[in-house]
Amino acid sequence: MLQISDLSVTFGGLHALRNLDFQVTEGEIVSVIGPNGAGKTTFFNMISGMVTPTSGDIVFEGESLLGLDPSQVTERGIARTFQNVRLFANMTILENVMVAQHCRTDQKVFGALFQTNAFKSEENAIREYGEEVLSFFGTRLTGYRLEQPASVLSYANRRRLEIARAMATRPRLLLLDEPVAGMNPRESAELTALIGRLRSEWGFTIVIIEHDMSVVRDVSDRVVVLDHGESIAHGSYEQVANDPNVIEAYLGRQVQDEQAEEETSP
Amino acid sequence: MTATSNGTPTLEAPGLDWRRQIRFSLIGALSSAFIALAGMPVGLDRRNIIQPLLSMGYLSLLWVPFVLASLAGSQVVLEGMTERVRSSKDLVAGALVGLGSALGLVALMILVKNFNIRDPLVNWSPQLLDLLSFNRSAGLGMVFWIVLGTTLGLMGGAMHVVPTAVRSKTLTVLLSVLAVSVLETFITDLLKGFQLEIFTDFIYYKRGGLEIVGALLVAALAIVIPLLVGDRITVVRTRVREMPADERSRVNLILLLVGSALLLVLPFFLGKITNELLANVGLFVLLALGLNIVVGLAGILDLGYVAFFAVGGYTTAVLTSPNSPGFSPQLPWPVALIVVVVLTGLVGLFIGAPVIRMRGDYLAIVTLGFGEIIRLLFLSDWLSGWFGGAQGITNIPGVDVGFATVNGIDPRSVFLLVLVFSAIAIYISWRLEHSRIGRAWMAIREDEDVAEAMGVNTTNTKLMAFVVGAVLASFSGAIFSAKVGSIFPTSFLMLISIIILVVVIVGGMGNIVGVIVGALVLIGILGGPKQPGLLQEFSEFKLLIYGALLVWMMLKRPEGLVPNVRRSRELHQEEFLQDAWLKGEIDTDDEENPS
Repeated sequence: MLQISDLSVTFGGLHALRNLDFQVTEGEIVSVIGPNGAGKTTFFNMISGMVTPTSGDIVFEGESLLGLDPSQVTERGIARTFQNVRLFANMTILENVMVAQHCRTDQKVFGALFQTNAFKSEENAIREYGEEVLSFFGTRLTGYRLEQPASVLSYANRRRLEIARAMATRPRLLLLDEPVAGMNPRESAELTALIGRLRSEWGFTIVIIEHDMSVVRDVSDRVVVLDHGESIAHGSYEQVANDPNVIEAYLGRQVQDEQAEEETSP
Repeated sequence: MTATSNGTPTLEAPGLDWRRQIRFSLIGALSSAFIALAGMPVGLDRRNIIQPLLSMGYLSLLWVPFVLASLAGSQVVLEGMTERVRSSKDLVAGALVGLGSALGLVALMILVKNFNIRDPLVNWSPQLLDLLSFNRSAGLGMVFWIVLGTTLGLMGGAMHVVPTAVRSKTLTVLLSVLAVSVLETFITDLLKGFQLEIFTDFIYYKRGGLEIVGALLVAALAIVIPLLVGDRITVVRTRVREMPADERSRVNLILLLVGSALLLVLPFFLGKITNELLANVGLFVLLALGLNIVVGLAGILDLGYVAFFAVGGYTTAVLTSPNSPGFSPQLPWPVALIVVVVLTGLVGLFIGAPVIRMRGDYLAIVTLGFGEIIRLLFLSDWLSGWFGGAQGITNIPGVDVGFATVNGIDPRSVFLLVLVFSAIAIYISWRLEHSRIGRAWMAIREDEDVAEAMGVNTTNTKLMAFVVGAVLASFSGAIFSAKVGSIFPTSFLMLISIIILVVVIVGGMGNIVGVIVGALVLIGILGGPKQPGLLQEFSEFKLLIYGALLVWMMLKRPEGLVPNVRRSRELHQEEFLQDAWLKGEIDTDDEENPS
């Protein structure tokens, strides 16, 4: 579904991503992990068109995404959430999911001014689909909440609304950037279950960036580890968790090595 | 798990802050001196508020001690705090602030008497000294000011000590007397239309201002009318609010129809001057509604908005006037309007396309530049074969609507035309705000990157805002042309862009009602860039007051006079969140509602 080949991004002299190859097949849940600064969010920014790669190619369902605006990428069927939740804080919860359907709708000024039937039915459809998406998270985002501004939501609910907003764009590939960050264990366990349902009920293919290893273990079919912009390991959770490269990336080199180095260096 | 809101207040509010009082008295001293030196007392002395007692000139100084003392005494009471018990100390504090303001004037009087720096400061004049000493000796004048300032300060401070009912009554009385006096032209004109001159002859002095008896009458009415009406209004309101949705919308529709009918009838009861004034207000309402879409909804700070007004005006002139130098098809106005709308829309696209990719400050600067470029093009010799250069285009015929011609000679017809177009503009703004495009505009205003990532084509959507804004401005331009009959490049100064922006900001960004109120208050009372308002004497100080008002609004009420719920949330986000958290409206976790 998504093929990324030999992808590099440089910001000045910094290699944010280096010669990255990455594939996602339809129906998969893939986790991308790695220490801070490994280039995970840059990786998402690039897929969603917010950052242009220096070299390499991104192909989604047979078509290259290079040179497309973020809105066009979304239109092709890729939606994302943001690590530092970025909702339209002063729009209501319903409006947040309504506006996300922008690229799936096409009523223009004329329809709005003359209240054509097409306009009205589209508005209703947008509203209904918005409510449907919101009700995926139970009653938390529905009912009296619909007309409340997004800014009154709790942190966990803002994360949920962000996922709902991404779902509202009717994507096929969903990119979730640290969906459980800041949630308590109970909330994150619940969201982990929901991520599974996103695939089974809504048919989304999902790529997750996550730091919480229990979530990664529970949801992912495959794990890709990034460090310093390079993919250092991939495979199932167990394979990756025991990979010495990965342990080194996270924990640093073994103490003995360092001592050995110290002994030789002076 | 709700936070403590019904529990006992935990904190005691801090006591009287004397440093704050001293700071305010210094502010008072400086403002009084500044206002005096800006020439407001002398310039506005011609205008009476209450005939022998009070002129606008004195009022420009007298409000300072009262308002500042009351501001100095006000205290933000946070949730969970007990309000400080007010005591006679507050009176002393108020008097101190008042005294400070008065001392500022006294110091100024001493300086004016003994030194002469009229050269840079035009208003450093014996005239000012005479006025400040009430045409008596300077010494007596100083004593007078000290007494007056202290008393007014004391009253300002007392506003916090007396019971709320007394305070609100006092303010109602003061404001109604002021309002009736300021609106004199309008009220006289309106009552003349109903053949009720007796009443206005009774309350108003022949050469402007209220008579003392009139002022007393107004004050009495301001007290009696609320007592008679009582809380009937709130009762009706709650009853309407509790109605089922369809019934409520029917009531709203009826109110709307009655309101529009009254508005349509109103011009026939008004005289020439008031109609002219309201027509000007209407032109600015149209402009402000257009800019509101660009700035208020889509968040694009356009400082060159006058360009579209100019294009609308000039296109109408070229198409309708027989004196148009280059091309003169002499189309009837309604036909010309279609061309004008299309053409201005295209200009909107043309200017918008390069500008729209910029953000923030850069965008503001570039639009400012384009606004000037358009005016300079109309002024240029190069295009004078088409637009007449500095000579402009004259002899623009009015709008022929069959039974009458709408032009500047008959302001009533212009006002009616403006009303019709305002209604159209309001409808457009309202419908668009609640549509797919309106939501996309708001999303862009909130966070452009995220809007783009959520599938909103920001370039096209922002261009659309530019074009719709341009079209609304072109309505205004077309009516302006027909009204004035001749247009020149000087009719489209950059100042107009700024004033429209001030109207939008002061009224309330992103809010249709706010924008209309803003135009009524600013253009109606203070006057537009060239159009006199109700307070014609203010013309020299108009921009000063606009500026002061803008600064004050930005500091104290950034959401505008009539706030848009959404905007006000945006601007007071922190406070709002804090309050909501304290009241338990925000769930801090999900213990309450497991799904």
